[in-house]
Amino acid sequence: MTSRRELSLTYAILGVFSLIAVLPIVGIVFTAVQDQGELAAFGTFQGVHLDNFADAWRDGNFGSYLRSSAIVTVSVVAISVLLSILAGYAFGLMRFRGAQVLFYVFLLGLMVPTEAMIVPLYYDFRDLGLTDTYWALILPQIGTSVAFGTFWMRAYFRTVPRSLVEAARLDGASSWFTLWRVLLPLARPAVLTMTVLLFMWTWNEFLLALVMVTDEGLRTAPLGLSFFQGRNQTNLTLLAAGAVIVATPVVVLYVFLQRHFIRGMLSGAVKG
Amino acid sequence: MSAPASISPPALAGAEAAPDWPLGGTRSDARPPGEPRRVGYLYLLPAFAVFAAFVLVPLGHAFWLSLWEWDGVSPGTWVGLDNYSDVVSDPALRRAFMHALVLIVFYALLPVAIGLLLAGLLARVRVRGLAFFRTVLFLPQVVAMVVVAVMWRMIYDPQNGALNELLRTVGLGSLAQSWLGDFDLALPAVGLVGTWVWYGLAMVLLTAGVQKIPPSLFDAARVDGAGMVREFFAVTLPALRGEIAVALTLTTIAALRNFDLVYITTKGGPGDATSVPAFQVYSRAFESGQVGSAAALGLSLTAVIFAISFTINRIAERGGR
Repeated sequence: MTSRRELSLTYAILGVFSLIAVLPIVGIVFTAVQDQGELAAFGTFQGVHLDNFADAWRDGNFGSYLRSSAIVTVSVVAISVLLSILAGYAFGLMRFRGAQVLFYVFLLGLMVPTEAMIVPLYYDFRDLGLTDTYWALILPQIGTSVAFGTFWMRAYFRTVPRSLVEAARLDGASSWFTLWRVLLPLARPAVLTMTVLLFMWTWNEFLLALVMVTDEGLRTAPLGLSFFQGRNQTNLTLLAAGAVIVATPVVVLYVFLQRHFIRGMLSGAVKG
Repeated sequence: MSAPASISPPALAGAEAAPDWPLGGTRSDARPPGEPRRVGYLYLLPAFAVFAAFVLVPLGHAFWLSLWEWDGVSPGTWVGLDNYSDVVSDPALRRAFMHALVLIVFYALLPVAIGLLLAGLLARVRVRGLAFFRTVLFLPQVVAMVVVAVMWRMIYDPQNGALNELLRTVGLGSLAQSWLGDFDLALPAVGLVGTWVWYGLAMVLLTAGVQKIPPSLFDAARVDGAGMVREFFAVTLPALRGEIAVALTLTTIAALRNFDLVYITTKGGPGDATSVPAFQVYSRAFESGQVGSAAALGLSLTAVIFAISFTINRIAERGGR
């Protein structure tokens, strides 16, 4: 084969698979802006009716769902990022007895799927009277998030030039000062990558929310969407609009910070 | 565009995984561990406390629950390890694991095959705009699985779904059917959604890998007169071992943990045609009052995930030496 033909073939494959990746997404956006009066069908284009989003927002109660999701996601991400920086700092730049063993325990936690923990978590939280609270959504997700975050920040702190830490120490800086004033300004890209990954995973979490809350007011966006689908079997357009509303925050973040998403996921990141 | 300098999944290479940071750090684990400091415990404490309370303790509790037959309300009966032997002997659970194996073909093998096809071509030509393609190919990864499921239900819809419409348009209307309602087709239909979600990641991962292969390796193969196919098997495929392992690990875990998609699209049906272990955990614990069985199943699933990831990466490592 000549290299010209190989080049065309490569572009063709890239083009076809990019198209397949994007067509269903374009399809649901088209469906979301269809004329509600017309016969709805997935992916057909019938003009742009943005008021569908307002209707879905009202009928589907998405305002409340997004509020719950925002509360849960911000709490989980903020706390997990803070705790992960501290723990990653300890594992990455300090030496203490048992560090190795403790780190492997964290690693183990990385691979444990939610499915293995969901059963006891539900009964524990029920016994504590904490099901149907935000705590039931926030606390377990911090647990799994710090396992990933600690792993991630440790890997980062291991790349920090040792001389930097030693110089700070010779200047009499405490470990606390060294972390926040010397190391963290340089760690911004690593922290940002971790933040977007945790944001995406927490925002998209479904099983935990399905099991832990029954109160409509506490339902997160993905859970709310699944209930909206259950009670709205007829109006395809509004369901599509709801789906677009739920997906939008992460997709917008992806558009702006795609390098961080891709770099994070390519490193083989998983979260329990 | 930075691609990871060293790609290794957390679980196994764990300690050694060091993504390349903009700082341009060197491979770091060659260095001695950090300075001795007791204060390390203090920094570790908050994260470890939350991790222990909400991951380790539930895991232990799951094991305890798995030794009982319990409906979640009335007093339970001690059954020892019976729930674990059921995982092997109960036909419903055996079928669920078989379905998971089928899904691995669609979630893991198919995407990696597609990724390798592209990687093989990219080894021979330089294309422009790869960053753009990468952004697009990665998009399905960031859309919430629930949204993906709602979307594909619309596509597979027997009445006015896009797939049937497409078939009618190209004159294959006789093939149009209820994709998610058919006993034989439902599982592959769900599997193909997984393929759609994951092939972009496999393509991007393997493409990044192929661009790190030293050109001299290809030159050597070409001087020897290797054609495109031989070059692929002699140079590209071995060099991508690490990336293939990462892609297979990620996608296999995703296939085994598949809950959201099944719950939204088919609820395990028709019959139990799409019932998978993760769905059985939910259904047993919260619908049919078999809490002990659900706990045992969840832990067995974890063990399978550990074993498969470990095996994939062992094979990848051994192939390298």
